[in-house]
Amino acid sequence: MSGATPRREISEPSAALRVFSRARKDEIVVLSETTRQDWPPLSTRPELDIPITGSMSKASSFGLGVALARPDLGVWVLDTDGALLMNLGSLVSIAKAKPANLLHVVYDNEAYDTTGGQPTPGAGIADFRAIALGAGYPAAYAFDDLEVLEEELPAILTGPRPALVVLKVASLGRRDNVEGMKPTYQAFVALKDYLAEH
Amino acid sequence: MAAASGTLQAATVLDELRKCGVTHVVWLPDSETGYMYEAMLESELTLVPICREGESMAVAAGLIMGGKRPVVLIQSTGLFESGDSVRGLCLDLHLPLLFMIGYRGYVGQGRTPTDSAARFLEPILDAWGIPHYTVESDATCHYISEGHQQAQAESHPVAVLMGKEYAG
Repeated sequence: MSGATPRREISEPSAALRVFSRARKDEIVVLSETTRQDWPPLSTRPELDIPITGSMSKASSFGLGVALARPDLGVWVLDTDGALLMNLGSLVSIAKAKPANLLHVVYDNEAYDTTGGQPTPGAGIADFRAIALGAGYPAAYAFDDLEVLEEELPAILTGPRPALVVLKVASLGRRDNVEGMKPTYQAFVALKDYLAEH
Repeated sequence: MAAASGTLQAATVLDELRKCGVTHVVWLPDSETGYMYEAMLESELTLVPICREGESMAVAAGLIMGGKRPVVLIQSTGLFESGDSVRGLCLDLHLPLLFMIGYRGYVGQGRTPTDSAARFLEPILDAWGIPHYTVESDATCHYISEGHQQAQAESHPVAVLMGKEYAG
């Protein structure tokens, strides 16, 4: 039997996102793999949400583009560890661009939940907080406790950007029978029109 | 000073981008477009450097959603690597986006390249249904603004293939 210490994690990933949902005002929220399934039931401003899938996990890069285009608005990217591993260079691209309005949040469950929960190559070894700081993010945080996240989020939301918030959450495997987001193209057109007017 | 016949100057390319109201150049340097760097830095364009070409389409998509007019400037090899960003973002979102692609291995109209990067570029763009035009000199730079206008009019990506190294 393994003698390894069990990983501390937030058992219900949606509970961690709920903390962000309560704090949200008018930020644009860019969603990635499983966050696009967990976030919609929690969202207070669905007209400002957009899922970015079907591009080998480019939500963080898309969020950078929106943040640069609209520095007057807050942009949250709700990413996942498997997705970020596919686009890890985006951390450096974001750090280089220094968008002062971008908050990058990452589910770190060490697994590919959308394909059934297989471990990522980073499981047990990758430290996304350290990677973000090493890439040049001025701030990065990691949470494995919901109460601590709730206490510290207000200060993070007024702190330096771009910032990465790592949420160490449980892997729930593939989500079935969940209410999904509207399709990306539909959301893209609607949000583009919205932003043109606001 | 008059440009030598057949050269491609950064100033001419920038003039074409200005005609189009381009705001951002999302790019990763390559040997065909590397000479653009200094000229772009001194211009009013905002450069957005990226680490891998597949990021460029996603950054451009976000910029477009936010009301800006980016172009993507990368090499053909990076375009190959970016296949799913082209499919899932540029084509599926019907992005009015101009790609400026360094045409690695290009040896001239009607001549067969030995570099597979050159042999596969146009067939792959054709397979994606992305119209493309080759720019070899200042005289054919008009394809940049025309390609950009076509992308806007059709809400579809268009590529200009930069077939000769810049004269600076």
